[in-house]
Amino acid sequence: MKQLNSILEGFGSTLQLLVRTFSYIGSLPRQRARFIEQCYLIGYTTLPIVAILSFFIGAVLALQAGYSMQNFGAKQFIGSLVGLSMARELGPVMVAILLAGRVGSAITAELASMKVYQEVDALETMNIPPARMLVLPRLAAVLVMVPVLAIIADLVGWFGGAIVAKYTSFISIEPEAYFSVLRRYMKFQDVMNGLIKAETFGFGVVLVCCNIGLNTRGGPREIGAAVTRAVVVSLILILVLDYFVTKILL
Amino acid sequence: MPCSSHTRNPFTAIETPAVGVTVENLSKSFGDHVVLHDVSFSVEPGEIFVLMGPSGTGKSVLLKHIVGLEAPSSGRVLVNGHDALAKETREQVRMAMVFQSGALFNSLTVYDNLALYPREHRVSNEAGIREKVMHALQILSLEDTAQKFPSELSGGMKKRVAIARALVMEPQLMLYDEPTSELDPVMSATISEIIASLKDEYHVTTLVVSHDRDLALNIADRVGIMMDGRLIFLGTPAELREPKDAQVAGFLYPKIDLKHPRFKKLET
Ligand SMILES: Nc1ncnc2c1ncn2[C@@H]1O[C@H](COP(=O)(O)OP(=O)(O)OP(=O)(O)O)[C@@H](O)[C@H]1O
Ligand SMILES: [Mg+2]
Repeated sequence: MKQLNSILEGFGSTLQLLVRTFSYIGSLPRQRARFIEQCYLIGYTTLPIVAILSFFIGAVLALQAGYSMQNFGAKQFIGSLVGLSMARELGPVMVAILLAGRVGSAITAELASMKVYQEVDALETMNIPPARMLVLPRLAAVLVMVPVLAIIADLVGWFGGAIVAKYTSFISIEPEAYFSVLRRYMKFQDVMNGLIKAETFGFGVVLVCCNIGLNTRGGPREIGAAVTRAVVVSLILILVLDYFVTKILL
Repeated sequence: MPCSSHTRNPFTAIETPAVGVTVENLSKSFGDHVVLHDVSFSVEPGEIFVLMGPSGTGKSVLLKHIVGLEAPSSGRVLVNGHDALAKETREQVRMAMVFQSGALFNSLTVYDNLALYPREHRVSNEAGIREKVMHALQILSLEDTAQKFPSELSGGMKKRVAIARALVMEPQLMLYDEPTSELDPVMSATISEIIASLKDEYHVTTLVVSHDRDLALNIADRVGIMMDGRLIFLGTPAELREPKDAQVAGFLYPKIDLKHPRFKKLET
């Protein structure tokens, strides 16, 4: 009962934060510097790990697919399998999970310590809404950077699959054949669906992490607890949203 | 202001009538812990009100109610006649609070800490902001720290930056939470002078929480003393020089008695 209560409370305060932040949208142009800084933090610093992870996910997908399909003589379809799985599911989910671990946790830690050390109180007495200065630039930046990250994840994943398909002895499919199948069976819509998913997850993760950070009370120990909670809630949110968004987009 | 008179004073607040604060039957508890019991007083427009009292009696909590950071358990706080909790009050009245801990923005340099308010509220162009900020830093002898981060400052320096940041806001209502607690005697005197001259020149309404007896006796128009969440004294500095109440006298002029130390009395 108490648990349910706190979940509902969290849900409510997150929505409130969203509405409040949205009402300051007009101030975005003059917060350009903060927006660009957040784009850098969200995009540029997550890029290497997104690239490494998606390469290996594409690679292992090709390997597993090649292994299980060789008996049906269906291994020429590996390109479309890797292509579709990356674009529709694994690319967006992986980007979102890395975002939660890398960016979301940092956001919560920063905002929670600002809250605990009364910086947020100081902002409020200065009549500078924290939602405007701290949340809006982050939400805007994540909306811009996530599609970029997701597209890079897709491309690198496909490329990883292609390399494995060529150099694994029991698969050995030439990249030309791999990519022509990938192109034939994949529609623009598939990539779009993936981007919409990534966008939803990324936005949700940043919003939740901001809210948990700004609602932290207490001292240093609570900052740590807030970060842990933010990551856990983000991961759950990603997987729950994944189901529903997939269902809606199908 | 204790600064060279040849520089134009950039703290020229827009001509606005001074604002008053009214605290009506304010009570506040955190859970079972009652911190404020039915506190009532008012700070007249343009007045310097000094609030004193032992540690932990709820002075900082009271200040937070005035800036709308805490909600009363019962009673209410009015700023310029409007509820302190209402968002509009903050928009209508420029208030600045010097937090006990400073509450500086740790990720910004001292300069940016001071420039944040005028930038966000687009008070003037960058050159005008620079002038205001450098002037405030100069008053508090902080010119050399402009490009430092709060983590690189001493305790007293942080306090002074917090005061400078509040000055830059050109507030109508200024709240100080122990502004002189970490400062040397000369700097403390300077702060008292700044507070007094802001009142004289700009009719800034001021509420100072302080243990600094010199500050209270020299610049206050009225002094309140709180104990255990209640206001037990309200009067002028003159009345405070020869307090009639034994509790007040004992708090303001404690004797250091080496023969019968207080802490030893606790043990029996
Ligand atoms: N957010 C809070 N939650 C629970 N208790 C609190 C909270 N804030 C303050 N208190 C309690 O309220 C009481 C008064 O605190 P306050 O900070 O107002 O004291 P103070 O008079 O400013 O003391 P000092 O002179 O040491 O600064 C303390 O007992 C403190 O434990
Ligand atoms: Mg205090």
